[in-house]
Amino acid sequence: MRRTAGAATLIWVLLVLVGVVVVARATYVADLSAFLPRTPSPQQRLLIEQLREGPAAHLMIVALQGADARTRARASTQLARLLASDPAFVAVNNGDAARLARDREFLFRHRYLLSADVTRQRFTAEGLRAAISDSLDRLASPEGLLVKPLFARDPTGELLGIIDSLGPGQAPHTTEGVWSSPDGTRALLLVQTRAAGSDTDAQQAACEAIRRAFAAVVAALPEGQDGAVRLLMSGPPVFAVAARAIIKSEVVRLSSLSAALIVVLLLAVYRSLPALLLTLVPVASGALAGVACVAAGFGAVHGITLGFGITLIGEAVDYSIYLFIQAAADFRHLVWPTIRLGVLTSVCGFAALLPSAFPGLAQLGLYSIAGLIAAALVTRFVLPAWRQRVHSIRDLTAAGAAVARVLERAASARAVLVLVPVLAATALYAHRGALWSRELASLNPVSLADQALDERLRAEAGAPEVRYLAIASGPDREAALAAAQALSERLAALVESGVIGGFESPARFLPPLATQSARRDALPAAPELRARLTTALSGLPVRAAVFAPFIDDVEAARQAPPLTPADLAGTSLGAALDALLVKGSGGWSALLPVSATSGDLSSAAIAQLRAAVAADPAAHAAVLDLKGEADRLYSGYLSAALRLALAGFAAIVLLLVIALRSLSRMLRVVLPLALSVLAVVGLLAAAGRPLTILHVVGLLLIVAVGSNYALFFDRTRAQPHAGSVPRTLASLLVANLATVVAFGVLAVSRVAVLADLGSTVAPGALLALLFSAMLAGSALRPGAARG
Amino acid sequence: MRLLATRRHGHVRFEEVHQIAMLERPLESSGELVYEAPDHLEERTLAPRVETLVLDHGVLTARRGSRTTTLPLREYPQVAPFVESIRATLAGDRAALERLFRVRFTGDLAHWTLRLTPADSTLARAVKDIRIEGAREAIRTVEIRQNDGDRSVLTIGPEIPP
Repeated sequence: MRRTAGAATLIWVLLVLVGVVVVARATYVADLSAFLPRTPSPQQRLLIEQLREGPAAHLMIVALQGADARTRARASTQLARLLASDPAFVAVNNGDAARLARDREFLFRHRYLLSADVTRQRFTAEGLRAAISDSLDRLASPEGLLVKPLFARDPTGELLGIIDSLGPGQAPHTTEGVWSSPDGTRALLLVQTRAAGSDTDAQQAACEAIRRAFAAVVAALPEGQDGAVRLLMSGPPVFAVAARAIIKSEVVRLSSLSAALIVVLLLAVYRSLPALLLTLVPVASGALAGVACVAAGFGAVHGITLGFGITLIGEAVDYSIYLFIQAAADFRHLVWPTIRLGVLTSVCGFAALLPSAFPGLAQLGLYSIAGLIAAALVTRFVLPAWRQRVHSIRDLTAAGAAVARVLERAASARAVLVLVPVLAATALYAHRGALWSRELASLNPVSLADQALDERLRAEAGAPEVRYLAIASGPDREAALAAAQALSERLAALVESGVIGGFESPARFLPPLATQSARRDALPAAPELRARLTTALSGLPVRAAVFAPFIDDVEAARQAPPLTPADLAGTSLGAALDALLVKGSGGWSALLPVSATSGDLSSAAIAQLRAAVAADPAAHAAVLDLKGEADRLYSGYLSAALRLALAGFAAIVLLLVIALRSLSRMLRVVLPLALSVLAVVGLLAAAGRPLTILHVVGLLLIVAVGSNYALFFDRTRAQPHAGSVPRTLASLLVANLATVVAFGVLAVSRVAVLADLGSTVAPGALLALLFSAMLAGSALRPGAARG
Repeated sequence: MRLLATRRHGHVRFEEVHQIAMLERPLESSGELVYEAPDHLEERTLAPRVETLVLDHGVLTARRGSRTTTLPLREYPQVAPFVESIRATLAGDRAALERLFRVRFTGDLAHWTLRLTPADSTLARAVKDIRIEGAREAIRTVEIRQNDGDRSVLTIGPEIPP
């Protein structure tokens, strides 16, 4: 006996050392990858690429509020200047006139390569006459002021045509010369980071660079105004950083809170420091084993797993509580077999999570299995040897007897339990329309207030969330641009027929070389153009001599080299090109965000869009519905979680039938658990909380964790004269409180997924104990106690 | 001004002459003006070519043939005086007029003249002044003079019965 204990301790010490090494060398991540599927479908792969690297993943909205408009404008200009010189940012736009002028200047200089109207037909005498007549109409309209300075150089109105094709102005309002919210109370800047959305470290550095630049700008403001300006930031890079920070801080905060509460609970119960310390040994060993196994099995440990793992504290502590509170003599033969079966049922429950495509859940499964097994084994083989040195644990027989009396009174009212399924069914029926949350957003660790701010700033900045993307790809940049150009023509037809509202395309400001040379070839040589112009102008109120600058510009365009990405540098079109033309692992992709005429695209419109995009199979184009795909991903997780939870439940039932060798004993164990699940679902529905994937997992855990209590009652009933009922009850109550504390702490988390899990399991575990006791019948009677 | 503001709806004929130095002869056009208080103004040119200009809630939309151009006035502040002067006068919106111009009223109710000079330096670069003549609640002519010597005169004709 002593020798086995010594050997067990030695093995334990060795394993702890191995665990410490593995845990110390493990990688920890806290980005959104915890929520992305492990083995994505092709559509999901596109979605993930967009979430990680897409244009939206680089875009930050920065707002300045407080002080007066002039001060904000000044701060905006200086902030933009500071950030523009920082290589962490591809583009910084605050709507100042200089940038607008640069963009116009670029479009004007290259108008004959950029305008889709440049064709051979347009430069015939008839074509020129029609285009110039249009410009004359414009001259005589309020737009005349815009057209007049350009008329002699651009009589065919190419610049206005290009500006029109780039889409209706969605630019924000302007106050004091810089972008502002419509009410003028906030200055707005759009900032594009160089780093991809998935590079959280770089995004964090970018966020810090903005804060630093802002602090410098504020410090340089005149006395009296410096304190009044405030900085607001939003957008996916900010969210990625915030999500990581919040997960990190929540894991630290909640695990310390949970540990502190359990320590207080155990100290109050044991009144013995050594017993407390020994109780924590299996917990710490379990946590170590869990993290080490996840690190070894998944390569990287998600922060969210550690958050979920807080629950292990509450569960693993139970085993040593049973060891210390129940009579020492009973442990090996009475208590341990029950614990063993309890661990096995819990393992069944968590094992059901292992196949989940949602990495956070799969990691939670592995973490908990490893942790529980380790904690149980340490309790069984390592702790008993040390237990003898702890003499002064309070005898809880009296307290247990009191608990038994209370529970017995409750048990006499067990007929009330019939109401549980009735009430739960009523609540579920009443809320049947809004029972499930079907949006991926329900997993979002970012607070609702931050999401609301993002929505508001987006609306103010005219940067709506892109939902539909047409993607054209090719082996190189030129091929992707050519595919985008071909796709643009088909999408233009959809705009024309009102199916879609509009679209953007990188080919508009960087046309593929073939298109550029076709346009250049459409331009006639100077003498020819002069002759055609003379014919075109007959009868129009303008002389050909006015257009000498036009003839010079066309001739210059005929000689100019083709446009390259370098020509766009420093303009907002260059920033747009960076966002919409991206190099991926397998080549280049051109992204064409598609917008609806109003609101969302109808399903008929989506079908037409998909058909148009798929019309040319050689073009390698696809449509991606970002929100739809994300929600499909989530509902996939949800239905998988439901299936897995049912499988886990079935496995637990099967295990109980085998272990207890009796259908009726199994039913007696399962009935109170099923009732607690029903009660919790009913409560959640009645509280108007739509069920998320973590609630489903929580329900499974109610069964997995609650079975431990039910099994003890089953044992006391099966062997009425073995062990002390009051001490068993006392240990169950303490163990239950520890579990409820751990999950209850999660329930107050600011991270939605943690809160969902905690708010399901904490009441569920409590009810599982209560219902098990109420249904235990004669097993509770103190008369059955041996003393 | 208050008298003008009482008017909710108007539908009139107009003629317009633009004198532009670059061109050999003035551009003449005619059509109908439709006004719905307070911020919808429509200029339907019928001759020489059909063209519709709509100012609605600060966005100017021009339709020529199959082509539509949209100009949000806040993005093109230099265009604003050309349409805002007419709209704000029709709406009796003195505050809007005074945001853009210095306003001088002469004459009497039976025959009045508003002389608008741009308040803002960016506007002043293009537009020299605007003279609006009217009688009681009706506008008769709007003359816009630009700094480069170009000018336009809009003459408002009789009301078109509904």
